[in-house]
Amino acid sequence: MSKTLNNRAWWMVLPVLLLVAMNAIIPLMTVVNYSVQEVFYGVYSFVGERWYADTLASDRFHAALGRQLLFTFTILAIEIPLGVIIALSMPRSGAWASVCLVLMALPLLIPWNVVGAMWNIFALPDIGLLGFSLNWMGIDYNYTQQPVSAWITVILMDVWHWTSLVVLLAYAGLQSIDENYYRAARIDGASQWAVFRYIQLPKMKRVLTIAILLRFMDSFMIYTEPSVLTGGGPGNSTTFLSIDLVKKAIGEQDLGNAAAMSIIYFLMTLLVCWLFYTLTMQGEEEN
Amino acid sequence: MVAIKLDELAHAYAPNPKTPEDYALRPSIDHLWEDGEAYALLGPSGCGKTTLLNIISGLVIPSHGRILFDDQDVTRAPTADRNIAQVFQFPVVYDTMTVYDNLAFPLRNRGRDEAYVTRRVTEITEMTGLGDLLQRRAQGLTADAKQKISLGRGMVREDVAAILFDEPLTVIDPHMKWELRTQLKRLHREFGHTMIYVTHDQTEALSFADKVVVMLDGEVLQLGTPADLFNAPAHTFVGYFIGSPGMNVLPARVSGPAAHIGDAIVPLNRAYNNLQLEPVEVGVRPEDIRLASGDIGIPVQIERVEDVGRHKIVRARYDGQSVCALVAEGEEIPADANRMVFDPNSTHVFKDGWRLEGVAT
Repeated sequence: MSKTLNNRAWWMVLPVLLLVAMNAIIPLMTVVNYSVQEVFYGVYSFVGERWYADTLASDRFHAALGRQLLFTFTILAIEIPLGVIIALSMPRSGAWASVCLVLMALPLLIPWNVVGAMWNIFALPDIGLLGFSLNWMGIDYNYTQQPVSAWITVILMDVWHWTSLVVLLAYAGLQSIDENYYRAARIDGASQWAVFRYIQLPKMKRVLTIAILLRFMDSFMIYTEPSVLTGGGPGNSTTFLSIDLVKKAIGEQDLGNAAAMSIIYFLMTLLVCWLFYTLTMQGEEEN
Repeated sequence: MVAIKLDELAHAYAPNPKTPEDYALRPSIDHLWEDGEAYALLGPSGCGKTTLLNIISGLVIPSHGRILFDDQDVTRAPTADRNIAQVFQFPVVYDTMTVYDNLAFPLRNRGRDEAYVTRRVTEITEMTGLGDLLQRRAQGLTADAKQKISLGRGMVREDVAAILFDEPLTVIDPHMKWELRTQLKRLHREFGHTMIYVTHDQTEALSFADKVVVMLDGEVLQLGTPADLFNAPAHTFVGYFIGSPGMNVLPARVSGPAAHIGDAIVPLNRAYNNLQLEPVEVGVRPEDIRLASGDIGIPVQIERVEDVGRHKIVRARYDGQSVCALVAEGEEIPADANRMVFDPNSTHVFKDGWRLEGVAT
């Protein structure tokens, strides 16, 4: 057994390295670079961790983070159970199954800014179907002026747009359950709740983990839809982290703080995903 | 514990069956499964045994006919109301529960108190040898252990009407197979449940059951004791499927008490007077054939002799057909053996596959 040594083979890896460098490493390092320097009319000076300390201590960041967490956990708390319930009530085979799947997939196919624009018009209090109907029924609803209305609209929009993803994943998980499990449950006299608790839920665990991860990451980074719908308003009431970040970086040209915030933002997303994945998959590995 | 009656039962999975091939169970099956007997449902894959089992347990609703449990019509009753236990071919366990909770599940679902649950689970644990695993999660156990859990869950209820087994030992180790089968039999003797055991393995069927039901292509060919199936097969398939090697089946023409097989004439001990040399088949078991020489019996060419330890299998040809005979282990095969003699008492006549009774001569 002798290994052929040919160091020229490394050249074959070069395209991949280039690609990864161009679309991940270099942009990230640029951000890191900005986050530790002060830029003043083309003059760069090293400031160490100052932007990080500033950002972490800033009330504005705390407020945006708070809104972001509230938004993310609200939509997770609605979309995951709702998605599972819809998946459970969908037909398991036949023509209706295909119809349901296509209907479910539709919202996912709509570009994000179109979703924002659709809901923007849909919810307008004077001419939008939703906004007009609510006001006609005597409910005082105006998302351009009332923070609560704006929040409800943003959450409704996200639920409408993304519950389908949870449904499709949960449905795939349900489809993979062998018919004999249901038969055995009938023989054992299991209630519908027991079937869900001991057969369907455990078998959906993996796909639901993926669904929660995907929905967490996407909603934590949400930008386009609320930006089109409310632009972060009224006031700052729907300014989530990325809207705040864009305001800071592009609106205020505060590159140092914006870069530090980006890095903190990125690390938070990474940390939560890692924690969640490790915790849910614990015990799965021992087999 | 009930007697199960199948009343003109038939089942087709697709609507509006026309030809017999459209049926998974052909019209019509009429049988009584007596209370407390152990039955085996034997047949090749795809013959409808599992369908029949699922109809009895209520997992499948038959398209025709009725099922009665002790004269009570349960044809459309849901599985849970029938109080049936069923064990499937591949293990079904509740992964997130412990082994103990798995075994307790059918009892707890029916609201039995914990003291009773503990007592029953302990009994079942002793029987299946799952003691060391009781507090472990069922996930990640071996297929053997999982199937023992499935068996245990099937047997944990004392008051079931019947216990149905659908090839339950397929995934089990050969030596464990024998042990578990013995335990199932013991359980049957102790508690006297009606048991129906689906298998395609004749050894399993014959060693487990008091009575065996042989099925082929959605049809019940015969229901009888192992001895009935062996000595008086109702159909050529039964003769062929039961026994190793199976019954020899040769094309023949029969008139009265004589069968013409090729040019040879074989005497029968029963007369078939309405068969005017019509083409039929003659079946005789290898056990009932004796080797000879001279001018009795049918002339054969012996091709080879297989010594399988308990006996020797003599494979020969007659008129293009293969015929085999069994010779006891100690017995010599004469060098000039060129004839086979069929025992007239055990030579059966079959028309269109089914055995004809004939009349005593």
